[in-house]
Amino acid sequence: MYSEKVMDHFTNPRNVGEIENADGVGTVGNPKCGDIMRIFLKIDDGIITDVKFKTFGCGAAIATSSMATEMVKGKSIEDALKLTNKAVAEALDGLPAVKMHCSLLAEQALKEALEDYFNKNNIPLPEGFTKPDVEHDED
Amino acid sequence: MERIYLDNAATTRVRPEVAAEVMPIMTETYGNASSVHAFGREAKKALEKARTQVAAAIGAKKEEIFFTAGGSESDNWALKGAAHQLRAKGNHIITTAIEHHAILHTCKALEKEGFVVTYLPVDEYGLVTPEQVEAAITPQTILVSIMMANNEIGTIEPIAEIGAVCKKHGVLFHTDAVQAIGHVPVDVKAMNVDMLSMSGHKFYAPKGVGALYVRTGVRLENLIEGGAQERSRRAGTENLPAIVGMGKAIELITAEQEAENVRLTALRDRLIQGVLEKIPDSRLNGHPTRRLPGNVNISIRFIEGESLLLSLDMVGIAGSSGSACTSGSLDPSHVLLAIGLPHEIAHGSLRLTLGRDNTEQDVDYVLEQLPKIVERLRSMSPLYADYVSNKQ
Ligand SMILES: [Zn+2]
Repeated sequence: MYSEKVMDHFTNPRNVGEIENADGVGTVGNPKCGDIMRIFLKIDDGIITDVKFKTFGCGAAIATSSMATEMVKGKSIEDALKLTNKAVAEALDGLPAVKMHCSLLAEQALKEALEDYFNKNNIPLPEGFTKPDVEHDED
Repeated sequence: MERIYLDNAATTRVRPEVAAEVMPIMTETYGNASSVHAFGREAKKALEKARTQVAAAIGAKKEEIFFTAGGSESDNWALKGAAHQLRAKGNHIITTAIEHHAILHTCKALEKEGFVVTYLPVDEYGLVTPEQVEAAITPQTILVSIMMANNEIGTIEPIAEIGAVCKKHGVLFHTDAVQAIGHVPVDVKAMNVDMLSMSGHKFYAPKGVGALYVRTGVRLENLIEGGAQERSRRAGTENLPAIVGMGKAIELITAEQEAENVRLTALRDRLIQGVLEKIPDSRLNGHPTRRLPGNVNISIRFIEGESLLLSLDMVGIAGSSGSACTSGSLDPSHVLLAIGLPHEIAHGSLRLTLGRDNTEQDVDYVLEQLPKIVERLRSMSPLYADYVSNKQ
């Protein structure tokens, strides 16, 4: 049911771990399916220079966590904010329909961590900053 | 790579002796059992032989066995058939919170028709008591349906005692014995069971065949209308190859039951003890002794079931889980929630069900692989990280 890319990221997830004294940390739980993700960001001059994650969850949750961290590593905050769960799923060559909600976890955790970074540094939230609401997602 | 099948509660491999009996039914004895010619008569003979084999295995009379397309149909027929038949007498049905969906969803459908259903809670082991059943019976109660053994946690319910309660109160008693047949000695008369569902593919027969035992004198509305097969109570040309396979399979498994249960129970307990010893923060779900001989169900904290199954599959081990993410539904197993497990622990459940092909080497291979997989997944789990830092 999973693509080869999903299985690759599940088997060899990139960027697993924690960052001590991270600039931003976000933890989100998906009440629908029990997946929980925590993401750690290191940010220098508006660039995400390092990112790590830990995920409790299904194959889709672990693979999207891994792929999402790869997609934002080295990117600007601005670009990272544009990351969507659909883009992550596409980069994984798709996810089964019932698993799309699991992929929201990564997008949400990333935004949570960025919000944490903004708050810690007294940076006002960028215009239009929103976090996806997992509970009301209909994917 | 080694491949080890430990999902025998999902389905089983058709055993060679059964396949050997099925084959000529497809290629030689292929007549329609309703036909008058020789082809039909031979088919009819094979059909009735299978009926005798099934009846003998559960202490029933031959005329009390009706072949169906499987456990789900048997369950649907028993519940809908009895409820509709007895509608004038009452509208109350008693079942448990841990039944298979073939029962629970049928109950939901009956609720929409105006029937009232009591879902008895179970204790931490998944047991329901005859006292609970007795206390739930009202003058409106027309049917009690309680599974003989649970498909997820393997708990064996006190069916004979519940049957006695139902008999005392004159209430019809159905049991879903899909997981129990072949593994638990069954005598429908001694157990006071009025209806019993079974499914062939759970005991090494082909898929797509089952049976409903209906005690003589119990009337049921038909579920499937049509021709006069099964004495006009279940229409449709009989799936004779599968029926013959089920007859052979139930005869074999019943004859071997005692010895095989001893063997499986030893393997089961070796696996359970090994897992609990090697994996900290794991627990056994279900009853330690009142459980199916091949059933192992454990919860491993801080990891999620689907990723556990995928990891096991990569080393050739086939199991199943009560995690929401394995089922496509959004909640973890209703059975694990009913025995009181919190959601996140229910998500980390693993069911390994042993069968006749499994050996001690299989168990040892699991005990070698599983701890490594758990360690890897825990090293990725934020819940485990929190647990470890809280401990320090
Ligand atoms: Zn998931």
